[in-house]
Amino acid sequence: MIENRPWLAYVTHGVLVLGLIVISFPIYIAFVASTHEVENLIATVQPWFGGALIENYLTVLQSGKQNAGGVPVNTMMFNSLVMALGIMVGKISISIISAYAIVYFRFPLRMFFFWIIFLTLMLPVEVRILPTYKVVVDLGLLDTYAGLTLPLIASATATFLFRQFFLTVPDELAEAARVDGAGPIRFFVTILLPLSRTNIAALSVILFIYGWNQYLWPLLITTDTDMTTIVMGIQRMLFVADAVPEWNLTMTTAILAMLPPVVVVLVMQRQFVKGLVDTEK
Amino acid sequence: MRYVRMMAATLVVSALAALGSAGTASAKTEIQWWHAMGGALGEIVNDIAAGFNQSQDEYEVKAVYKGNYTETMTAGIAAFRSGKPPHIMQVFEVGTATMMAAKGAVYPVHQLMADQGQPFDQSRYISAVVGYYTTTDGKLLSMPFNSSTPVVFWNKAAFKKAGLDRAPETWEEMGEFSKKIIASGGAECGFTIGWQSWSMLENFSAWHNVPFATKENGFAGLDTEFAFNSPLHVKHIKQLADWQADKVFTYGGRRGDGNPLFADGKCAMLINSSAYYSGLRKSAKFDFGTNQLPYWSTVAGAPQNSIIGGATLWVLTGNPKSDYAGVGKFLNYMSDVFVQAYWHQNTGYVPITNAAYEMTKGSGYYEKNEGRDVAILQMSGKAPTPNSKGLRLGSFVQTRDIINEELEAIWAGKKTAQQGLDSAVERGNNILRKFEKANK
Amino acid sequence: MQKRVTFRNLWLPYLLLAPQVIITFIFFIWPASQALFQSLLVEDPFGLKSNFVWFENFEELFSNPLYLDSMLITAVFSIATTLLALSSGLLFAVLADRAVKGASIYKGALLWPYAVAPAVAGVLWLFLFSPANGIVAAVLRAMGYEWNHVLNGGEAMLLVVIAAAWKQIAYNFLFFLAGLQMIPRSVIEAAAIDGASPLKRFWTIIFPLLTPTTFFLLVVNVVYAFFDTFGIIHAVTSGGPAGATNILVYKVYADGFVGLDLGGSAAQSVVLMGIVIALTVVQFRYLERRVQY
Repeated sequence: MIENRPWLAYVTHGVLVLGLIVISFPIYIAFVASTHEVENLIATVQPWFGGALIENYLTVLQSGKQNAGGVPVNTMMFNSLVMALGIMVGKISISIISAYAIVYFRFPLRMFFFWIIFLTLMLPVEVRILPTYKVVVDLGLLDTYAGLTLPLIASATATFLFRQFFLTVPDELAEAARVDGAGPIRFFVTILLPLSRTNIAALSVILFIYGWNQYLWPLLITTDTDMTTIVMGIQRMLFVADAVPEWNLTMTTAILAMLPPVVVVLVMQRQFVKGLVDTEK
Repeated sequence: MRYVRMMAATLVVSALAALGSAGTASAKTEIQWWHAMGGALGEIVNDIAAGFNQSQDEYEVKAVYKGNYTETMTAGIAAFRSGKPPHIMQVFEVGTATMMAAKGAVYPVHQLMADQGQPFDQSRYISAVVGYYTTTDGKLLSMPFNSSTPVVFWNKAAFKKAGLDRAPETWEEMGEFSKKIIASGGAECGFTIGWQSWSMLENFSAWHNVPFATKENGFAGLDTEFAFNSPLHVKHIKQLADWQADKVFTYGGRRGDGNPLFADGKCAMLINSSAYYSGLRKSAKFDFGTNQLPYWSTVAGAPQNSIIGGATLWVLTGNPKSDYAGVGKFLNYMSDVFVQAYWHQNTGYVPITNAAYEMTKGSGYYEKNEGRDVAILQMSGKAPTPNSKGLRLGSFVQTRDIINEELEAIWAGKKTAQQGLDSAVERGNNILRKFEKANK
Repeated sequence: MQKRVTFRNLWLPYLLLAPQVIITFIFFIWPASQALFQSLLVEDPFGLKSNFVWFENFEELFSNPLYLDSMLITAVFSIATTLLALSSGLLFAVLADRAVKGASIYKGALLWPYAVAPAVAGVLWLFLFSPANGIVAAVLRAMGYEWNHVLNGGEAMLLVVIAAAWKQIAYNFLFFLAGLQMIPRSVIEAAAIDGASPLKRFWTIIFPLLTPTTFFLLVVNVVYAFFDTFGIIHAVTSGGPAGATNILVYKVYADGFVGLDLGGSAAQSVVLMGIVIALTVVQFRYLERRVQY
């Protein structure tokens, strides 16, 4: 805070706390549900904790085969992890260099390539999913991590973000680099990349979670049950035809599935603060 | 820079993992069975597959959960279009017409068994269950797997409070009983329903022996048209809409969304799939009974028999010929009396063979578990007529959604029963014509 | 938009672009054009028979009043969701940026919704608002309001807007915060020394510097509202009741995936794609001018 206006501090904290409660409420409900016996949950939404917390979590972790169709929870978590990390790293890498090319270079067809890449935002994956499936089959990528990851890094959000960011970087920096005789690659690695830290951190969080929560695509691509992801596992428990889902265990798995993304958020948060300090120009 | 190194390391790890994840070969011939049974049902599916795999060592059935019914069907289609279809696919009953029209893609069960020279006695199957999936000359196209039919669940405690000791038999009684129960404070509302197109229109038509669509509900030709806006249907839906005012009827949502209203004791009765039986046993804290669907006493020929819902197993072409012997063996295994009895008793579904039904009856199961046989008795009480054999309507999934929309408009008072049903019929007919065109 | 200072290099830019362009071509352009081509066909789901019918699918679309209804519903839904999600995200980001104590708790907790899988989020909101046994519905009933989104279209729309915005607020919060944290302290301090109040500081200094981020988020939010919200609608209302929440992308899914009418669904996708392209071009043409880089 710059000046000392105490009432402003109260308002700030007040609104934030209120926002926190409203935003976290559904998650609280899910956590509460994961601590109950299944009978308590079928007809009513429980407002407070039950006594079955340890029991439920142990059930899901140990005999994962019980409720996720024969696949242990840690296998599913591993698959989700590889997929999420692959998407995160893959997308950031190809996007940042593409954005760099588009913003910092002059070459024929520059805008054409920009719009081609940008076009990927205009058609959601559900629409083109059947032909994409065929392409993946033709390439022999069914039931592989590559098949899980590659088609999902083909969208332009990250490129767009980096483009926005690069356009705000002062020209003097590039000038200085040129004067120093540094080539474009040196400039990129030593100056631009560190400056982009905050955005990379934010994107890592978003992309990791995006990859982690994918459902429809992994469902289609995997027939080997060993390749199941955790969100597929949860969906399977939630949408039971003609029967009532086992809410307590489903919510337990959902909470467990939320933990890695939350960890990623916490880890990346530090990067925000660091980014602040480093970008003092 | 630490950052860049971290990213590089992750990239390398992912790349290695991607390269190293090729599938392994196995000595047994693999048979892919794609299904939509999630949760506890999926466990039982795995048990059945494991049982078959252990009983012989030539073939191995891999049961793969592919999402809900819609997702499973789309996955199968995508796989077929890409040249790698599963051997067996579970398809819900509304997808029947689509599957039947796919003559190059589907391998009819009766033909598979004949080609493989495997024993196949169609009479072992309960005719009401199988009728939906046979051609007009009685040949079985797909293997029934999980079938159910709508029934009435009634809250005995609430009924007792109003001095009633049996469930209503007719729709007139539904109204009377509900009002009595509400007056005596036994419940806030009389009844709620689920899967409204299936329970209140499709089964309503079959139960009262009136057509749901022309051309024998579509069995006799692609040029069928919907008929569920007849005076009887309109009268019925109008009555339901009017009953909302007294809370005799309360709409709770599509599918099973209204079940909590019954389980919580708010509504005294629930008309929904018999498959919900075990879930309700767990969640309802009162004793409840199961009874047959009510009928309008003024309609001659009612009650007839109800039609099934659920899904069947279809066999797809496109795999090596030698695999299909295994598929045939598996289908026979599934019809085995012990497997069927196990499936029936552990889920809310009906048995599909006479033998399994008889065996379960003989073991006293239906005495101990009162009401579990209502569904099957309701389905096979009388021999099916052309109005009650089942439905064969193209793109019916979309039409069901249309019916849901129009009924919801009626319940909300935005349209009259006549308007809503007329609109649904018109929109549904458009869909049928489109299907006809694409499959001529 | 381009920098004043650029590098001159013949082959490097193409090399840098190559990975993304190649992947885009194989996994997007090629399948997408196939999907779009299907809009000119009437096919059975298994692909065994197909008829080339030119623009019949499109004619059918536009003569269907329900399709035009769906467009209106989509407009309402997208605007409401985008406004709610952007303003809340900005508000929380500004406040979290100011708060010295407990900053990391706020930042962590406000990001949780994004970590929740859409289907689970949809189910959670259903739980809360279920007319039969939901907590919020019960509270509303106690206050005298009968909540029933299963019958009331307006309530259903409200519910899905809240559910969709809930997820997106976290996303916007994250990027607004990143954007705010990049603004040098010195600039803000200088303005404070000059005697500008917090509100004035915000509108004259901070917000203009945030415009690149805001523009990015606006485009992304609109796209999100049009496309990615399908998961929420699917889990909560399935487009009902009586089509009140039947947004365009849900219709594409319902007709294509569920109804297996691939030609009709592809035609709808073409139209949808056209709308979003038009919206994006408009945003780039007219709004980007006001962005301060």
